[in-house]
Amino acid sequence: MFEQILVQTVNGLVNGMVLALVASGLTLIFGIMDIVNFAHGDLVMLGGFTGAVTVAQTGNFWLGLLVASLAIAVFGALLQITALRPLIGRDPLTTIIATFGISLVLQKYALWQFGPTAQNIPQPITGQFQLFYLQYPWYRPGAAVLAGGIIAALYLFLKFGKYGIWIRATTQDRVMASAMGIPVPLVHTGVFAIGAAMAAASGVLFAPLAAVTQTMGFEFTLRAFIVVVVGGMGNLGGSILAALFISLLEAYASLVVSPSQAVIVSFVALILTLLFRPTGLFVPTPK
Amino acid sequence: MLTLADVHTHYAKSHILHGISLEVQPGEVVGLLGRNGVGKSTTLKSIMGLVRPSQGRITFEGRDITSMPSYKVAHLGIAYVPEDRRIFRLLTVMENLRTGLDRGGLTEARRKELLDKVYESFPVLGERKNQLGGTLSGGEQQMLAIARAMMLEPKIILLDEPTEGLMPRMVSQIRDIIGRLHHDGVAILLVEQNVGLTLGASSRCYIMEKGLMRHHGPSAALKADPSVIHQYMGV
Amino acid sequence: MASQTNTRFWIVFLVAVAALAVAPLGLPEFWRRFLTEILVWGLLAMSLDILIGYTGMVSFGHSAFFGLGLYGASAALLVMRTPNLWIALVVGLGAAALVAAFVAFFATRLRDIYFAITTLVFSQIFYVIIFTWTEVTGGENGLYFSQPPFTIPGIFSARFSTVSLHWFVLAVVALSYLALRRITQSPFGMVLQSIRENEPRTRAIGYHVERYKIVAVLLSGLFAGLAGTLYAIQHRFAAPDFVFFTVSGEVVIFTVMGGMGTLVGPLVGAAFFLLLREGLSRFWTEYYLIPLGIAFIAMVTFMPQGLLGFWKRRLNQ
Repeated sequence: MFEQILVQTVNGLVNGMVLALVASGLTLIFGIMDIVNFAHGDLVMLGGFTGAVTVAQTGNFWLGLLVASLAIAVFGALLQITALRPLIGRDPLTTIIATFGISLVLQKYALWQFGPTAQNIPQPITGQFQLFYLQYPWYRPGAAVLAGGIIAALYLFLKFGKYGIWIRATTQDRVMASAMGIPVPLVHTGVFAIGAAMAAASGVLFAPLAAVTQTMGFEFTLRAFIVVVVGGMGNLGGSILAALFISLLEAYASLVVSPSQAVIVSFVALILTLLFRPTGLFVPTPK
Repeated sequence: MLTLADVHTHYAKSHILHGISLEVQPGEVVGLLGRNGVGKSTTLKSIMGLVRPSQGRITFEGRDITSMPSYKVAHLGIAYVPEDRRIFRLLTVMENLRTGLDRGGLTEARRKELLDKVYESFPVLGERKNQLGGTLSGGEQQMLAIARAMMLEPKIILLDEPTEGLMPRMVSQIRDIIGRLHHDGVAILLVEQNVGLTLGASSRCYIMEKGLMRHHGPSAALKADPSVIHQYMGV
Repeated sequence: MASQTNTRFWIVFLVAVAALAVAPLGLPEFWRRFLTEILVWGLLAMSLDILIGYTGMVSFGHSAFFGLGLYGASAALLVMRTPNLWIALVVGLGAAALVAAFVAFFATRLRDIYFAITTLVFSQIFYVIIFTWTEVTGGENGLYFSQPPFTIPGIFSARFSTVSLHWFVLAVVALSYLALRRITQSPFGMVLQSIRENEPRTRAIGYHVERYKIVAVLLSGLFAGLAGTLYAIQHRFAAPDFVFFTVSGEVVIFTVMGGMGTLVGPLVGAAFFLLLREGLSRFWTEYYLIPLGIAFIAMVTFMPQGLLGFWKRRLNQ
């Protein structure tokens, strides 16, 4: 029994890191432009498909990861410029409805481009190791480490780079950042592109674990939302902790109920957070 | 250099500026006086692009900047030090300065020069360079806000009530800074409640009342005849 | 002057109802049923309009109310030895009301996006429960049951034909519309609208905003459940798909496209969307959603009042 709990802990951490990658993009976007991107999960899906196609053609997983991230970053930037810029400053409900529309279009677009069948990416790191009673694939912790690496790179970029300062300044005070000569519209597009790239990367990392389907986006969006709210909207560190927390909860819950029911645990976590600590569970002081 | 012609600005549904005209020549220090709420800050914000005028024209060095977004206005050489300072609280002092310093077209050497100059004028900032902006005192934040604007090497600085809430010692520091900037050829449009400081530092003054420009004249004349000041500011 | 607009309304209304009543007589079987279905979805969209268009609360969880009305009625029809129309209606409404009460509790505590996400989460919770509780709900396969006859207790009982069912649904939807219209035009409805326009001010004037919101959610949920019940009666089939978020999403599209805050707009939006889907899917299967989706996004951005929004004032008199 104890071993089962440990195995689930590992599972939870692995899933949590991939989820953290998705959620950090979402929270970054929200923090800087107050847009709740309902189509974020579909960017994950598009990344997964793009990666799958690239890997199928070239046989190289890392190339797939790179191409998918870059392609979706560019796509994200275009999307932001055409569809989201006109919405800046509008009430959040309009943007959520609009991004919902975008999500719909992206799903059907994927159907059109990539066909109705689910796609797969073979695991780039093969082999398994003995995790207690299980043969555990090396890829799983590998994916977690990769996701962690990408998030760490993001953190360093934000903390030290010139553009990192621009992004942080714009997030804190968009008006004053502009008054200091920071080209805010470009920063917005850039951040959206980064968020999209991270979503795409998680799609590619996730693909070897399960298949990529047109409709998987919704689940990712919903989970990412929950993580972002529980972690504190706009709070990068919080969303990482929340992603791990939620994934661990679900992993433990699936010891008791079926995995499709385990999902309810994260829903409950969301509702409790909204009721009692709406600024986020992992935010130090409620503002 | 900077001209406002019959500028009207609305804020939500309120008509704040009812046709403001003023001008600032290169290197001048011009004062903008008036009671609270007459629209002095709104005038600066209109110039900077934080609010868009509904009517009228604002030109800078011949260019129409009436509807220009703030970051482009900043690139042209206008810097803004707002009334509530608005430094980036979660960035360090150094990072705050870098928001202005990290522009294109500067060599490393020049950047170092600018930084050194600022640390010289504001030694306190040098000491606190890695501290978060939000942990600074009110006076120190004011210094930072001005230093940050100086990083842009602007042709004109819009100063909105820089001495508000500051201790007398800091007020004289501000006076010195204004003098120093003037000496370096930077024009200043100074909005202030502190009439004495303004008259002393500026060559000309405008006085506003209820969104309109009511008086305009050399500071020396205003100093000599306080009745005008009395009339519009009740001081 | 008021009575003039009133008479005008009644004339237009009665003409519309008459047209809708007569239409199926001249249509082939498939389109008859389709028309009835449009009415049902239209009712669902109207119920959402109460929240979105009048109170300013976006709900992404209407599939929960609809679904519970659907399953509630289905359960009743399955369990009863002699399926009774009215009991099915009551049970369906009751189930929806319970969910609505639950959601209403949260409505008052959360603003805007958080409310929207929570409603979404709720509908997903119900989806998961219904999907996995196979013994009770039939899970993935859904529930099949027979259609109850139209009964006036003790006096009359007759099975529905496609056309007479259509009339029944039309009657229910028409009455619902009238009821909702009455409500939105009442002082209560005015308060809802002022909440949408400026909640802090409404609160400052002294209105208990929370109470109004709760009632709005209950009302909305009830009529959505009614739609679900009607759907059950028409189709004799319930499936978890109807509780899934997609339904909520579609209803939001109907309502926004048709014109929020007009009641009739959402109904038109539903008709428009469903007809388009039916028509285009013959050529493009699912891809029709790409241009439609783009049109939707453009509409939300540039024409947020929707198709009928231009007449919002007129329609609300």
